Amino acid sequence: MLQLPVYLDHNATTPCDPRVVEAMIPYFTQNFGNAASRNHPFGWQAEEAVDYAREQVAKLVGADPKEIIFTSGATEGDNLAIKGVFEMYASKGNHIITCNIEHKAVLDTCKHIEKEGGEVTYLKVKPNGLIDLAELEAAIKPTTILIAIMYANNEIGTVNPVKEISAIARKHGVLFFSDAVQAVGKIPVDVNKDGIDLMAFTAHKMYGPKGVGALYVRRKNPRVKVTAQMDGGGHERGMRSGTLNVPGIVGFGKACELAMNEMKQDAELLSKLRDKLENALLSIEEAYLNGDKEHRLPHVSNISFKYVEGEGLLMGFNKNIALSSGSACTSASLEPSYVLKALGLGDDLAHSSLRFGLGRFTTEEQIDFTIEQVTNTVNKLRDMSPLWEMYKEGIDLNTIEWAHH
Amino acid sequence: MAYSEKVIDHYQNPKNVGTLDKSKNNVGTGLVGAPECGDVMRLQIEVDEATGVIKDAKFKTFGCGSAIASSSLATEWLKGKSVDDAVKIDNMTIVEELNLPPVKIHCSVLAEDAIKAAVNDYRKKNGLPELKFEESVVH
Repeated sequence: MLQLPVYLDHNATTPCDPRVVEAMIPYFTQNFGNAASRNHPFGWQAEEAVDYAREQVAKLVGADPKEIIFTSGATEGDNLAIKGVFEMYASKGNHIITCNIEHKAVLDTCKHIEKEGGEVTYLKVKPNGLIDLAELEAAIKPTTILIAIMYANNEIGTVNPVKEISAIARKHGVLFFSDAVQAVGKIPVDVNKDGIDLMAFTAHKMYGPKGVGALYVRRKNPRVKVTAQMDGGGHERGMRSGTLNVPGIVGFGKACELAMNEMKQDAELLSKLRDKLENALLSIEEAYLNGDKEHRLPHVSNISFKYVEGEGLLMGFNKNIALSSGSACTSASLEPSYVLKALGLGDDLAHSSLRFGLGRFTTEEQIDFTIEQVTNTVNKLRDMSPLWEMYKEGIDLNTIEWAHH
Repeated sequence: MAYSEKVIDHYQNPKNVGTLDKSKNNVGTGLVGAPECGDVMRLQIEVDEATGVIKDAKFKTFGCGSAIASSSLATEWLKGKSVDDAVKIDNMTIVEELNLPPVKIHCSVLAEDAIKAAVNDYRKKNGLPELKFEESVVH
């Protein structure tokens, strides 16, 4: 049975798994204590629940529970990691290396660092969306204190060579921070095997609740410290003050446990469905895959349908299918996706892209329906696209003098 | 952002999609916008040479739903109008008719520009001086 609407925007957020919600409920009404209350059972219960969740979260990424700092989400984790390292290691240097397809939470934090007197190198990615390791190494200077490179990209799903990046960081004595929001819970991530020193991730991208995340901060080899960005009660080993979001943390823990147990089967199923969707859509004339076919997440596909515009395309089925477009018109700005442009895509292709993000509850019927709807809408819009007509007549669109607006 | 019902209706049932024979003297073609900006509109008019009345209008648009709706609506309004009246169509009347939100006003501007470009193309073909228009304010 086809269930509508179809949700294929799992890189934006995921639904809570019902098992996660079930685990959280008692912590709203009965066990509502403050985990920092040390002198009564309400506090003890809450603290115990947080400790247990901390173990669940740590286990998923191969960390020690003491290395997990709970945050409000990955934006806070990104800020705390980058600003915290910049301030803590000021005596060592002020140079940070990142790349131009990072999430805005990283890029804008780096811009802030520049205003504070820091120096930031923004590496360009290769056309497949991965960073060039030789360029990374060449960018390191004596003043470099941090490399901030994402684990997997949110728009195109590409997975960076994290182990190789960390080896370079180690070799030069530079810390390595990774925004792993899209990867944790989807593919195996192990902070020790991967050599990561700091890592931000969040619950709501892995079937947990919104408003809770974690920053992993390495305690051994090397021992890493970050300067707190909020002053207060000194929670979370002094790195993140603020009363802990106990129900959220419990849900996050449960989500991590479920991911630990089900990641492998989820990934197998989702990559099969994704490949079915992708192969069908790429069989449409003038459809192109963005990113890298090999090094990427199992549940993501980003495709450009040349000569149709992304937002117009979405409108053909957005009552029934929830998707994101790399086209600017969907957002307030009129610029197309900076990620797609960084891959070297022309504005025409960047404006014509859709991101498909499958999830744990996606069904094959929904994928079949999506293939049909997207194909029909692409064909319909091409019939009314002047660019498609010109292409079919063999006119090179680059030879036309467009009236730029 | 939700679209108005009128935009959705034009998107689902666009009026006058198609191509007129641009080699004909009584057909004017306006091609505006750019692929890089995410919208390109081609609007064509076919004029009854005896009366100066637009007897047919067609469009093809690459763009969002509001751009498609703006051009679809424009072709409807053009039919039956004289060429001289056609250039009086103001983008704000399109905005009002389709309830376009502020971020989509540029779609209506593009439609207005397409009309003017089509009329000027017709005038040029028929030895008439091209009309000068003030630069549109919103782009």
